[in-house]
Amino acid sequence: MTEFLQLDLAPMLAATLACLVCGLVGNLLLLTRQSLLGDAISHSVLPGIVMGFWVSGSRAAAPLVAGAMLAAVAAALLIALVRRLTRLEPGAAMGVVFSGFFALGIVLIEVSGAHAVDLDVDCVLYGQLEALIWPAARGPGALLDAAALAEFPAEVTTLAVVLALTLLLLVLLWKELRLAAFDPDFAHAIGFAPRRLSLLVLVLVSVACVAAFWAVGSILVIAALVAPAAIARLLTNGYAAQFRLSAVAAVAMGAGGYWLAALAPGALGLGHGLNAAGMIAVLAGVLLAFAWLFGPFGRRGAARRATVAGHPAAAT
Amino acid sequence: MTLLEALLFSAGYNAAVVALGCAGFGLAAGALGCFVLLRGRALIADAAAHATLPGVAGAFILAALAGWEVRSLPLLLAGAAATAAVAVLLVSGLTAGGRIRDDAAMALVLSIGFGTGVVLISVVQSLPVGGQAGLKGFILGQAAGMSAADARMIGLLAALALLLVTVMFRPLAALCFDREFAAAVGLPVRALDLALLGLMLAVTVAGLRAVGLILVVALMVIPAATARLLTERLEVMVPLAAAMGALAAWLGAGLSSALPGLPTGATITLVACTLFVAALLFAPRRGALAFAWRQAMLSLTVARDHALRVAFEAAESSPAAPLAWADLGRGAGWSAWQRALLPRWMEAAGWVTERAGQVALTPSGLALARDLTRRHRLWEHYMQAAGGLAPAAAHRAADEVEHTLPPEVTREAEAWLRRHDPARLAEGEVPPPGEAERTP
Repeated sequence: MTEFLQLDLAPMLAATLACLVCGLVGNLLLLTRQSLLGDAISHSVLPGIVMGFWVSGSRAAAPLVAGAMLAAVAAALLIALVRRLTRLEPGAAMGVVFSGFFALGIVLIEVSGAHAVDLDVDCVLYGQLEALIWPAARGPGALLDAAALAEFPAEVTTLAVVLALTLLLLVLLWKELRLAAFDPDFAHAIGFAPRRLSLLVLVLVSVACVAAFWAVGSILVIAALVAPAAIARLLTNGYAAQFRLSAVAAVAMGAGGYWLAALAPGALGLGHGLNAAGMIAVLAGVLLAFAWLFGPFGRRGAARRATVAGHPAAAT
Repeated sequence: MTLLEALLFSAGYNAAVVALGCAGFGLAAGALGCFVLLRGRALIADAAAHATLPGVAGAFILAALAGWEVRSLPLLLAGAAATAAVAVLLVSGLTAGGRIRDDAAMALVLSIGFGTGVVLISVVQSLPVGGQAGLKGFILGQAAGMSAADARMIGLLAALALLLVTVMFRPLAALCFDREFAAAVGLPVRALDLALLGLMLAVTVAGLRAVGLILVVALMVIPAATARLLTERLEVMVPLAAAMGALAAWLGAGLSSALPGLPTGATITLVACTLFVAALLFAPRRGALAFAWRQAMLSLTVARDHALRVAFEAAESSPAAPLAWADLGRGAGWSAWQRALLPRWMEAAGWVTERAGQVALTPSGLALARDLTRRHRLWEHYMQAAGGLAPAAAHRAADEVEHTLPPEVTREAEAWLRRHDPARLAEGEVPPPGEAERTP
């Protein structure tokens, strides 16, 4: 029990919270067909993080998060600008901007001397879930002990705050977001500002990405963003159900992935722990495969639609 | 070691190998990237590149279990290519249901493939064999550590890719611009699509060694996007993108060997981005400066049209009344810079003369003003007759179209009015220049 509290509780919570935050926000991306924006943002925050580190000289969260946020918003605006100016397809505009930002980040790491400290590409790419430990937990009593709780890893607390913020925004803007996601033209016509709303979504995605970074790394943030929403999309047509199911999928992949990574090595006879962040993505893939194979809107849905299309009478 | 030495391949054998290998990769990726971009799949290389990770780790595990040489390059590359191919096929499989779009499918395959790779890497690290070190480097790219054999292999692949692109240029172009048309004229579109994806995969996998996983995407996308800004023709775009990719790789490799501490792949990407930004600013047709110039010229022309119309209408109503720039400017709502520029332009072009603060139209200015006024009234009447607009609305609507529509369209509107409402057309007719001419 003590070992679980010390070594596993914090990373497991962090993985679950990160997947939950990203998964909920990911619905907004999926429904507005911007899933690759997660890819672009999660690469683009690197120079911002390095700049934050460079300016503050420490790994304190606030400047890094501020830098990452700035970089994410700058990248998203640049992508929009490049698209408008060049009329290139969105994928190309994203590719140009995010690979440029990422390369800039790598160069900055070398130039700023951040390399000497533990801020390197590996930590950004793979995350450091395993580094979240709670040594102050000397027994189950620590859960009620204020002094021990004060030493609980700050990353987890940050994620919890971000989750609360995300939920609050989702509840407050529930109808507006739904309108912007399903009918942006109508939203515009009735005097709504979908642009301001999409900027808010963008900021929300950036916050979620940045908060989840330290838990699962930049590539797996993309899985956390897209997979829960995609799984839910294969299972339901409803808007509220989409969010509920994605939350369930997110918790399942976050907690389940961590649990598998911690347990599987013993079962397989491997002497070394498996990478938990990677395992989360693998589990997401398994869940997605099941949803695609057996979900009402997956493979079978496609087959059903094909037969309906073959018999026009059945469609009406 | 100076930049010049590095660029002339005289900064040592290793630096020359790296620069040549990277340039070869840039050449192939640039050329191929054009087709991938025009096919609307710019980021498929991103998905494929990330999905090579499980292949590399899997091949390593397989080799270790079978007791083969674990660092055998062909085996690792074969593994990478295999999983990347599976990933590309999965993208189209996921989108088949219609529920998950292209972008989501790519993001899913990319992240889940990479995650699987990360797990396999952690398995690799627990294997009781040596040689694990550097596997991550294999994926993230160690351009600076490229061996002569790597460079030769990349050169060979680049030559092959260029040859195939040249041979299949026509069918590939047809595929990229109009898939339905290509299918209709009997081209094997599915086979061509697969060939293009296969070539893309080969170059991506080869590029892992040259510039690294994330930066492969850069050389696939950026030179092609840059060339797209500079030309509308595919025959120009492909060689241009290839040249740009090679140039970025050669300059970037040179810079990173001349300035210690600059990572090669990232420097190459930044050079490519710089070229893109330059094209974005200075491209003759699609560049930002050209765009701003066209906008400025348009707004200037519109302001001139308004001023000339105001002058003409003033002359129509009271030929003897004096006219000042203030009247013209106020009528047209000039901005500060237009107030500074327009009088000079109009005088230099010989449309107006100015004497003691009095502005007068010259004969050529009067002719132009008459044409412009006639055009405006024509559109006003057309908007009222064909669109049923009220006069004030017709005035605004005419103002929105008259400056930008080509003269043929104006002639069409005139022909329409002549057929449907000749009386209204006659009413809008302006007198010939001689009658309204003002004598200064």
